[in-house]
Amino acid sequence: MADKPDRVVLTEAQKRSRRARSIALALVLGALVILFYIVTLVKGPGVLNRPL
Amino acid sequence: MHATPVAPAGLVSEAGVGDYIALLKPRVMSLVVFTALVGLVIAPGQMHPVIGFTALLCIAIGAGSAGALNMWYDADIDAVMKRTAARPIPRGRITPGEAAGFGLTLAVFAVAVLGLLVSWLAAGLLAFTIFFYVVIYTIWLKRRTPQNIVIGGAAGAFPPVIGWAAVTGGISLEPLLLFLIIFLWTPPHFWALSLLRADDYARARVPMLPVVAGPQATRRQILIYSVLLVPVGMAPWVLGYAGVGYGVTALLAGVLMVALAWRVKVERDGDRAARAARTLFSYSILYLFALFAVLLVEVGLRGAAA
Repeated sequence: MADKPDRVVLTEAQKRSRRARSIALALVLGALVILFYIVTLVKGPGVLNRPL
Repeated sequence: MHATPVAPAGLVSEAGVGDYIALLKPRVMSLVVFTALVGLVIAPGQMHPVIGFTALLCIAIGAGSAGALNMWYDADIDAVMKRTAARPIPRGRITPGEAAGFGLTLAVFAVAVLGLLVSWLAAGLLAFTIFFYVVIYTIWLKRRTPQNIVIGGAAGAFPPVIGWAAVTGGISLEPLLLFLIIFLWTPPHFWALSLLRADDYARARVPMLPVVAGPQATRRQILIYSVLLVPVGMAPWVLGYAGVGYGVTALLAGVLMVALAWRVKVERDGDRAARAARTLFSYSILYLFALFAVLLVEVGLRGAAA
């Protein structure tokens, strides 16, 4: 069986910073979901009433 | 079995969240948010606080995206200037490509969300502001003319107009006066800083006024713009858009601005000259903050009295 292709091993610093970036991105996306949800409630049915 | 190589630094990013926040120029962003807030609050009409918050968030992110795109394009200049050498790109934390992608993504998001949730006029103005700062100022003017920050200052002057447009869906004289105040405030503010950093700018081959025309011509221009700023600063009161509290603040703060600009003009050598420029630079921030804060307070007081 052929060897598996080479894989790059991340250093601890690279793993830590990638994890921090992933968490920040998740938080931002979560906040955006909440914001869009609240804005939809605030705007009411009118949010759908726009010229396309 | 092949050995598993460790990823060389530079190929895999070690950039932290703080590096990406630094790309947004948070200090510039705070002034943008504040002036936009004033434009939003003094505008006639009602706006739900959540929509107002969304508008400010989009304006802040839009300003941040412009900062990131500025750092992408100016990475070569930033690397040779002491003031900017520690920014994420020259420090090697973020690649120019990552900064460009980050900035463009945020710009598109900020404009789209502002348009979809608040106002397409405000979104259009935000898009124009980002374009003006990145393309007109950063890419075109900054390396070509000593008038770079005079014309480029328009980008920093737009936020109150965007805030006003977010509420009213239009533009009128009041926000344009606020635009004019920031527009005329920018040259003395930045030239005071560039007097202190003339060597840096010369090394980076950026044709700032002290580098091209010399410190004396710069000091004269600082004084001229400071004098022009006083009546424009008072115009919202003169034209009846602001109360007497604002008028008095604008007058006193304006006179002090001119006095400090005069000191910059006459103190030409050594530490005293540097101190005068530094004082004017710091005071100019306070000047702008004071004028806009009084506008905010007056609206608050009117609201409380009604």
